[in-house]
Amino acid sequence: MSKVKNLQDLKKMRDELKGKINLREKSDHPESMVQIKVSMATCGIASGARETMNYMIDELDSQAIDAVVTQTGCMGYCYAEPTIEVTMPGEKPLVFGNVNTKKASEIIEKYIKNGELVDGIIPDSYETIDGK
Amino acid sequence: MAKYKNHILVCAGTGCRASESEAIAVNLKRSIDENNLENDVQVVRTGCFGFCEKGPVVKMVPDNTFYVQVTPDDAEDLVLEHLIKGRKVDRLLYVDPETKEQVSDSKHMDFYKKQIRIALRNCGFINPENIDEYIARDGYSALGTILDEMSPESAIKIIKDSGLRGRGGGGFPTGLKWEITRKSESDQKYVVCNADEGDPGAFMDRSILEGDPHSVLEAMAICGYCIGADSGLIYIRAEYPLAIKRLKVAINQAREYGLLGNDIFGSGFCFDVEIRYGAGAFVCGEETALIHSMEGLRGEPTVKPPFPSVSGYKGKPTNVNNVETFANIPAIFLKGADWFRQIGTEKSSGTKVFALAGKVNNVGLIEVPMGTTLREVIFDIGGGIKGGKKFKAVQTGGPSGGCLTEHHLDLPIDYDSLIASGSMMGSGGMIVMDEDDCMVSVAKFYLDFTVEESCGKCTPCRIGNKRLYELLEKITLGKGDEGDLTRLRNLGNVIKDTALCGLGQTSPNPVLSTMDNFPEEYEAHVKESKCPAGQCRALMQYVVSPKLCTGCTLCARVCPVDAISGDKKMPHFINTSICIKCGACMDKCKFGAISIQ
Repeated sequence: MSKVKNLQDLKKMRDELKGKINLREKSDHPESMVQIKVSMATCGIASGARETMNYMIDELDSQAIDAVVTQTGCMGYCYAEPTIEVTMPGEKPLVFGNVNTKKASEIIEKYIKNGELVDGIIPDSYETIDGK
Repeated sequence: MAKYKNHILVCAGTGCRASESEAIAVNLKRSIDENNLENDVQVVRTGCFGFCEKGPVVKMVPDNTFYVQVTPDDAEDLVLEHLIKGRKVDRLLYVDPETKEQVSDSKHMDFYKKQIRIALRNCGFINPENIDEYIARDGYSALGTILDEMSPESAIKIIKDSGLRGRGGGGFPTGLKWEITRKSESDQKYVVCNADEGDPGAFMDRSILEGDPHSVLEAMAICGYCIGADSGLIYIRAEYPLAIKRLKVAINQAREYGLLGNDIFGSGFCFDVEIRYGAGAFVCGEETALIHSMEGLRGEPTVKPPFPSVSGYKGKPTNVNNVETFANIPAIFLKGADWFRQIGTEKSSGTKVFALAGKVNNVGLIEVPMGTTLREVIFDIGGGIKGGKKFKAVQTGGPSGGCLTEHHLDLPIDYDSLIASGSMMGSGGMIVMDEDDCMVSVAKFYLDFTVEESCGKCTPCRIGNKRLYELLEKITLGKGDEGDLTRLRNLGNVIKDTALCGLGQTSPNPVLSTMDNFPEEYEAHVKESKCPAGQCRALMQYVVSPKLCTGCTLCARVCPVDAISGDKKMPHFINTSICIKCGACMDKCKFGAISIQ
């Protein structure tokens, strides 16, 4: 890499490099951004959860939406895999079932960007220890 | 550039490396490659996370799972379970000692809740051997902005306004020091970073250099611009090999990027940094001794004035600051003096890093706002005393400081409150002691250290401390009398008043403060020949309680010197004139019949 000749060089460099540690910055303040958990147990992976997850990571990134996408274990909705849980800042988590890449795109466009609900929500009937 | 979906942060500080964290990182990488995840997962070796008690530490990003006491064999499980199957590896999660519940996110751990990390902001977050990660965290932009937009005077004013005081112990206002050095006229000036961390139990400077070396280099360059110096020297002890290695890497990277060297940021300002090695003498943390050592002379202090800011290295004006002080500087310029001022107390702004050690549950490195109480540090962050024992005292300020007791637990910690209560901030070592620690022995331990480390130049320190040590030894052997207590106090005060440098002037502090806070313990030693904590061997007696003894003969059989006699099924007896006080009998007794008196 070339030398830093002036402050503008450094700023440009910083903005380019930010992506390298962005994941770590975000994970320090997950509550301030969209959090998505993808159920990645055997059944989820077999139904295509990995594709869904990769799609969401890439799509959110290319649209510059601040989000943390993490994987989690089996949520129990094996009939509706892949399942994802979306938590908008300051709101309760919502679980969506049968999320293929098409559904994922719909969730991003409608729910995450505009707050509109889309089909496929699984009513929550559980509590997590995180909430306690 | 590969876009990683997961980062695995592996602590590569000296502590965790000693428990094989390098092998963990290597195994993680291998397992990642075996599972074809090399484009998704990045393994990052970071600086110290501070939670040394439970090291080695591995943190998963972005879900912030914090794994503790990981072994190289666990690496494969972390990849297969956590990364591939998305299941947390429960056995490696931190268990809250009070609630017994597993805590997976470090933010919910009591150890981290009350901390504010400024000097340690990048430790455990970035790879210290990669300048790009430092730049991504706004690294060198403070330097760039100052060179572009500020005069040295206005930059110094920001440091003065922030209220930053020297973190090496004395607490001298940093901005004022810079201003004085700036005003000293000379063709050549120097910036010196004091990385000669000598307090037993303190390791914050090492951790900063290992975890975030660029912040120190950036701050030194800022200082150079402010005082008008083009040379920086880092005086570091040769016994910090990892810190030295990372510093060298950092200096080379900064030079390569043009952030050290000639015409930095196109401003015409030139600055470069060199490393000087110390041999690990405690006195060389004193700035005049440090400068002599760098000049190739004996590491002996000289009388101040002249202060180094007027006549220092090679007789030129020299600004000496400690590592932690420097690490605060870039953050102050990035976030402003007012931001820094509102953290901490009125006269001591900002935070302080403490190295918690001794009989405390969570040994490690912490950073808290000034004004945090000892109780919060020891009980909330430190997790209380090991083994449910009773807190007795905490030594702050190392061999130059004093001990504080239960009465001081609610004292808000800052420079002035510690001095007012007979101790001092020092570099931030905090050694916690419990009911089993004998305060006379503690004082003796520190005196042993200062006697060893005294440079020998002035009589009060060279001979006075030796005599202090001998008096303490006499007391712990049970041969002291009441006159010795008066002698201890008088001699201690004379040394304080007459020694040449900070080392001698503070070395009697551990003795005087333990005498003030635990007079009954000293009296028990000299009047009754007893050590209430049961630590002084010469004063101990192992005795068998005839009521509890069942005559099982186990103790008599393990005694290496045959000091125990007695018939089967009859109470036994220890002959104290033969007993060597090894404690083997007490360990073996199943009936709790043997005790120390």
